Amino acid sequence: MTALDGLSAENAAVIQLTRKDFVSDQEVRWCPGCGDYSILAQTQKTMPDFGYPKEKIVFISGIGCSGRLPYYMNTYGFHTIHGRAPTLATGLKAARPDLMVWVITGDGDALSIGGNHVLHSMRRNVDLKLVMFNNRIYGLTKGQASPTSEMGKRTKSSPEGTIDHPVIPLSIALAAEATFVARSVDTHTEHLQTTLERAGRHRGSAFTEVLQNCNIFNDGAYREFTDREVREDRMLVLQHGQPMIFGKDRDRGIRLRGLQPEVVQLGEGVSEADLLVHDEAAPDPYLAFMLSRMWWPDFPVPVGVFRDVSRPTHDELLTAQIDKAIAQRGEGDLAALLRSGDAWTVE
Amino acid sequence: MSTTTATRPQTHDEVELDRVTIRFAGDSGDGMQLTGTQFTRTAAAFGNDVSTLPDYPAEIRAPAGSLPGVSGFQLSFANSEIYTPGDEPDVLVAMNPAALRTNLVDLPAGGALIVNEDAFTGPNLTKAGYASNPLKDGSLKSYTVFEVPISTLNARALEGLEMTSKQVDLTKNFFALGMMFWLYERSMEPTLAWIDEKFGKRPIFAEANKRALKAGYAFGETTEMFHTHYRVAPARLAPGTYRNVTGNEATALGFVAAARLAHRPLFYGSYPITPASDILHALSGYKDFGVKTFQAEDEIAAIGAAIGASYGGALGLTGTSGPGIALKSEAMNLAVMVELPLVIVDVQRAGPSTGMPTKNEQADLLQVMFGRNGDSPIPIVAPATPGECFDMAIEAWRIALRHMTPVVYLSDAFLATGAEPWRIPDLADLPDISVGNATDPNGFHPYDRDPQTLARPWAVPGTPGLEHRIGGLEKADITGNVSYDPDNHHRMTMLRQEKVARVADSIPDLEVFGPPEGDVLILGWGSTYGAIRSATMRLRAEGHAVAHAHLRHLNPFPRNTGDVLAAYRHVLIPEINLGQLRLLIRARYLIDAQGYNRVRGKPFKISEIEEQALRLLPPR
Repeated sequence: MTALDGLSAENAAVIQLTRKDFVSDQEVRWCPGCGDYSILAQTQKTMPDFGYPKEKIVFISGIGCSGRLPYYMNTYGFHTIHGRAPTLATGLKAARPDLMVWVITGDGDALSIGGNHVLHSMRRNVDLKLVMFNNRIYGLTKGQASPTSEMGKRTKSSPEGTIDHPVIPLSIALAAEATFVARSVDTHTEHLQTTLERAGRHRGSAFTEVLQNCNIFNDGAYREFTDREVREDRMLVLQHGQPMIFGKDRDRGIRLRGLQPEVVQLGEGVSEADLLVHDEAAPDPYLAFMLSRMWWPDFPVPVGVFRDVSRPTHDELLTAQIDKAIAQRGEGDLAALLRSGDAWTVE
Repeated sequence: MSTTTATRPQTHDEVELDRVTIRFAGDSGDGMQLTGTQFTRTAAAFGNDVSTLPDYPAEIRAPAGSLPGVSGFQLSFANSEIYTPGDEPDVLVAMNPAALRTNLVDLPAGGALIVNEDAFTGPNLTKAGYASNPLKDGSLKSYTVFEVPISTLNARALEGLEMTSKQVDLTKNFFALGMMFWLYERSMEPTLAWIDEKFGKRPIFAEANKRALKAGYAFGETTEMFHTHYRVAPARLAPGTYRNVTGNEATALGFVAAARLAHRPLFYGSYPITPASDILHALSGYKDFGVKTFQAEDEIAAIGAAIGASYGGALGLTGTSGPGIALKSEAMNLAVMVELPLVIVDVQRAGPSTGMPTKNEQADLLQVMFGRNGDSPIPIVAPATPGECFDMAIEAWRIALRHMTPVVYLSDAFLATGAEPWRIPDLADLPDISVGNATDPNGFHPYDRDPQTLARPWAVPGTPGLEHRIGGLEKADITGNVSYDPDNHHRMTMLRQEKVARVADSIPDLEVFGPPEGDVLILGWGSTYGAIRSATMRLRAEGHAVAHAHLRHLNPFPRNTGDVLAAYRHVLIPEINLGQLRLLIRARYLIDAQGYNRVRGKPFKISEIEEQALRLLPPR
């Protein structure tokens, strides 16, 4: 049961939208070959599934290549300032709980200049669907290291290699108490579409990281494990309630040893029963946090939904307090309010 | 008619006074703000005109008895209209040596000094930097000193209550208040009622505070110390219903009223900062009015959320002080570019940087006028008195909605915490400031403009057929699409400027108090109103051709401002900054305006302004 079910049922009967309805009249201006095209396409394809009329959908972005996405969506859109999209989304959602609000951001926008807002919008469980394009580089400013750039990366701003340890976006989202945390890949279109749909149906803060290739400034950042030929051996597709198995031959898995995960070969005395079973609904985020730290080449890179739990949203709590105040005190009487305190009359 | 004798001290001389100024000073834990507030409420409810100046340190509890820990509250009450909390106190109540040392400088010779002699102990004297006890060494002989063992008398009055001696000591401010009530013939009833309301759930504290108050009153009545008590008759204020209000309270009420008048919900995003936090506190208590408040993670999130709320069709409001404006600047510019209504409250305090957080200054004018990248015009309004904060809060929203623009509302620490009787307006007299949303998709363009106000349509999400994109990138005229066209950028920059200039079409002319032409015009803005008005009244009474004009709209200026300025030989602009309005006036009107500029963290005295005007007046 998702919170959108009620609305979907009601709207689905009357609204039959297609991807085309969500394509705006603006010419797309990302570099040819950019991973952003695929993310845009999957986003547009996913939109009709929610049963929301398009005027009720708002895309809010920050600054960076990702920030241009709202211009290409034929919905309401707001291209804001660097790092601050979650703050506008918070205010909009507080004022207008009826809207579906998406936040489009990048690794620099969300984790560098806007880190504080990601933290606080997630802990408040603001009902926004945040999609973070992670290309591990500053693209729009032409190639400086980002907070997710690997240690030692040589860029225009770090000719001897960056000395800043990178952050893991999903670890941050989990630490910030996000109620939905997921990862997908720009080129894995079906998986990306499914993941975005899951995010859209979540009620509360949804943090989705999309591993995205910048073919100009950081080409092939994820090729080692995302390429078609190797991805099944080097990535782990998480499925709720299923043991963690991967590999072309589905013959390897993840087992817990003490507090550490390890890769094991099935057979040779190891059976499926020994493997970790994915539980995205676990109330505590320990498993999800462990998964968020698994990375190639030590581990297959997990994708899918890491966490999906339910908690009252910010707008629900805010509205409830207002409803309660009105129920207890009645609708505010302005004349009485102005006269409150010790009023006296001069004849 | 004195019948005071050693055995029958119950009757005293009674003296009728026009105006009295009292300053309560003590440790920041001594409850001086509360004491002052209670006296103010009582005097206001009696019908006096009242004006107050709370003066407290930023430290919540500086070391007890230390000089930085001194907290003061000055109030003036009168039988006629008054405009300031008084240049100097007639009576200083000093609860300890540190309070005496920091405040005595303001007490004129002959002034009354009431001290808690119990606090004048060796350690306290040392902490205050006294080498000898001023009560004993004759250094106070030019004042009328009343040494009262307040702590001892108060402890005696509370005997038998199950309280620690520390708890007992915390009530001694009510003893002092009771004494002052007796001295000025004030009823204890409002304070007794307040105590019941405040401590209703803890009867022992209610009882203790009541006993302290009554003991102080009884002491005044029975002691031989005070030979006289004083009467200040009610003021003849304009007919109406009044209440006592601080600037921050009136500001919050004004915004709630604005939301009603605009028929839209109010959203307030804010981050705690002195001296603006009380607006957040007040608004968070108005949930029954549908007010949504949001204590953000920082100043930027506070304004970001307010812009988001405005985008959604609500009244998005944010509030802060100068350091917060610095952080909000980029988002203020976003609001300029996307042309959404927004009100930004700046309760100014002494800067730069953290400065003196609880002290007054008017030095953010140029910051809010110019402190953004690009040519970025924003209308600015500034209330002049605590009560006027209510009207200007509505005025800020009227402008924001009429022109689809962010508006800055400039208050300051003196207005925010100072109080005065406020005539409660009749709701029917308040303006309708509502505007409609765009709804018709036919020929809709997000950057079309109203031909008169140049406002663009407010097309809120959820409206079918009006889906569009806005953002911080330059907009093409009419369509609102992203544009790098050189001529378009020039046109849009001029349009934004012209839109703000047209705010002047709907604001009142600058009013002049005094002769329409003459020797000196004193031009002010903000909380200097009272001192300037009082100085002007005194100078006019002496026959000088002096007038006062006070700007409530600082961008744009009222249309007649240039004509007003040109009618006087001299223009004097007193400001609690180094000449910020003067810079704007000189640049705009090419007149040689003179400044009077002092930044001491305190409001001007009437006498300062008077003296400065006299320097420009012809010798007689």
